[in-house]
Amino acid sequence: MSAVSKPMEAQAAHHEHRDDEGSKTGMWLFLFTEVLLFGGLFIIYAVYRHRFGTEFHEAAHELNKVMGVTNTFVLLTSSLTMVLSVGALQRRQVAASLRWLWVTFGLACCFLVIKFFEWSAKHHHGIWPGGEHLHSMPSGEGLFYNLYFMMTGLHGIHVLIGMVVMAVVAARISSGHINGDRFGALEYTGLYWHLVDLVWIFLLPLFYLTN
Amino acid sequence: MSGTNTGPAYTGSYLQDYGSRRGLMAWLTTTDHKRIGIMYMVVMFSFFAIAVLLGLLIRLELMNPGLQFVTARVYNSLFTLHGVIMIFLFIVPGIPAVMGNFILPLHLGADDVSFPKLNLASWYIYMVGALMALASLFVGGGVPDTGWTFYAPYALRSNTNVSLAVLAAFVLGFSSILTGMNFITTIHRLRAPGMSFFRMPLFCWGLYATAWIQVIATPVVGITLLLVVMERSLGIGFFDPARGGDPILYQHLFWIYSHPVVYVMILPAMGVVSEILPTFSGRTIFGYRAIALSSMAIALVGYVVWAHHMFTTGISDTARWIFSLLTFLVAIPTGIKVFNWMATLYRGSIRIEVPLLYALGFVFLFSIGGLTGLVNGALATDIHVHDTAFIVGHFHYTMFGGAGIGFFAALHYWWPKVWGRMYNRKRAMWAWGLIMVGFNTLYFPMLVLGIMGMPRRYADYLPKFHTPHLISTIGSWIIFAGMALMFFNLIRAIKHGAKAPDNPWGGTTLEWQTTSPPPQLNFATPPVVTTGPYDHTALRAAAAREARP
Repeated sequence: MSAVSKPMEAQAAHHEHRDDEGSKTGMWLFLFTEVLLFGGLFIIYAVYRHRFGTEFHEAAHELNKVMGVTNTFVLLTSSLTMVLSVGALQRRQVAASLRWLWVTFGLACCFLVIKFFEWSAKHHHGIWPGGEHLHSMPSGEGLFYNLYFMMTGLHGIHVLIGMVVMAVVAARISSGHINGDRFGALEYTGLYWHLVDLVWIFLLPLFYLTN
Repeated sequence: MSGTNTGPAYTGSYLQDYGSRRGLMAWLTTTDHKRIGIMYMVVMFSFFAIAVLLGLLIRLELMNPGLQFVTARVYNSLFTLHGVIMIFLFIVPGIPAVMGNFILPLHLGADDVSFPKLNLASWYIYMVGALMALASLFVGGGVPDTGWTFYAPYALRSNTNVSLAVLAAFVLGFSSILTGMNFITTIHRLRAPGMSFFRMPLFCWGLYATAWIQVIATPVVGITLLLVVMERSLGIGFFDPARGGDPILYQHLFWIYSHPVVYVMILPAMGVVSEILPTFSGRTIFGYRAIALSSMAIALVGYVVWAHHMFTTGISDTARWIFSLLTFLVAIPTGIKVFNWMATLYRGSIRIEVPLLYALGFVFLFSIGGLTGLVNGALATDIHVHDTAFIVGHFHYTMFGGAGIGFFAALHYWWPKVWGRMYNRKRAMWAWGLIMVGFNTLYFPMLVLGIMGMPRRYADYLPKFHTPHLISTIGSWIIFAGMALMFFNLIRAIKHGAKAPDNPWGGTTLEWQTTSPPPQLNFATPPVVTTGPYDHTALRAAAAREARP
């Protein structure tokens, strides 16, 4: 959309009509689909937990509660800093907004680092989808770990996507495209981030605290 | 919001290029909902043609008992491909992506959808999915042979290229979700001044219900299909009985999406019929609110009937009778629609035109589809007809006889608006006749065969099934001739057809108030709505005023 001739300009101006309410509607619909995406996995979890209660109980012993709970604090804090960033931009405090956004980014990063250590410890013991030890486990425990990796993995991908989006939004705040008058993109990033947070809040008790 | 806009974007045709990009590039970078609709149309009908040819091959093999042209393995791939292309690439996205994109903003009096860029992105995502589906034919272990449902555990074991095909379906689903989000937001936000929800044309109601199903149901199948890929690559065992998993759980998750999605196919077609009948009856639709709300009711009830695909899998009796009962409930809003359509025709001043013929064809064929659906929904008879040719006949009556014929009706109704050209009326009627005769010759014998005990998905059969199979195959040639004539007629009209007036059918909805083809930004004068969508009295009064010297 670089070279713009006259009628295109008129058209662009016409298409500029902003509809914040509409954009927000779209974003909520998207979040709704995300809930349902995870919903499929939660259904599978429910079915197998019902069928293999004892095995799930046993397997959950092996997960590192300290790391799980630490990560929960990290993620909850990041939701707070995200809100602070949105609030700051709405009050036109660009520098503060950027600072809080990068803090959120850092916390997301921290979450993934902790997750990485957790996963690699499991990997070390051969507990990994397709790994040998996991293959030889009783089916209930195998399903527990496979569910654990699928659900935390999908969640991790969402964290990663969130970080990419945050970086893009931060760049656009710096360049002034996102500002105190049009902060929609930052606000929707925040909504998305809270969803990522929310999913984790369900994952923690379902996997780490079942025993 | 009054006053007339001038300038090329409001007076020229959207088919002309504006701005710096010309030709193909102008199309590939467009955010104009009308052009995106046409881009979908071109791609989808190409795939449709491929799948039709595959269908003809299936019928050719089944013409005589024994194996003549293909091996049993190739036959499995044929029906899998036919199903995957028809379902995921054509009939599910079909009417919403093509006609919905083109007509929805015009119906609402808007200049585009809410998120034009996202709309273009949806097309590209669709293309990626389509190319992945195509690639699955040529790379890896060969053409998938699981059937379009990818049932576990066979889909986990098959050496063919199931993973890529499944991933393609996932990507196509993503495109479908984005289109759904776009349409819901558009309908909520961009209605013309004065157009309340209950003044929307019924096609918009159909799209609205459809969009909700797309948004609600698709993510579930998305994750399920991803898990199939994971299962094939990492052996996570969720659906694999050898590892404690449950293949029936796969069926549940699959049908939680794939049953609602049959309403994604049919609801827009029902919307099309609800547009066409009042126009050619010269009166308002009978029972507007009932039709509008029955679309929502179908979407709602349709979400909780999925297990009727699984009556023979050993699920509990309680589950079976509950799902059977719920299945019967879907017939109620559907019946409401059919009766209201008939009441619309009653004592109307009916003009026999091609779109009306297709709409009536829809009602006839879909009624057969719907009623045979009740045979499957009833527990006792379902045990008898499960996995027989009866099922194949039934869903072709609903999907092709319903959604497909509804699509053809939409093409004939809006073709003059889309291209600004009229097609040959007589040729179109011949094509319609051939399609209707061919359709019933092709699919009715399948219902009979199923009752006789002919299983589906078999390349070979006992000699006693020969006659109906032969009749069915002859029908496939008749309907093919009809569709070839229809497409020839439509495509020829684009270049050689007579110029179409702005309102060739005497329609009352907003798209007929703008020029044919519409300008880039749809309406030179922003429309203001003061009545319901099918107010023929106002239209006639206006015509009379103009006729007065």
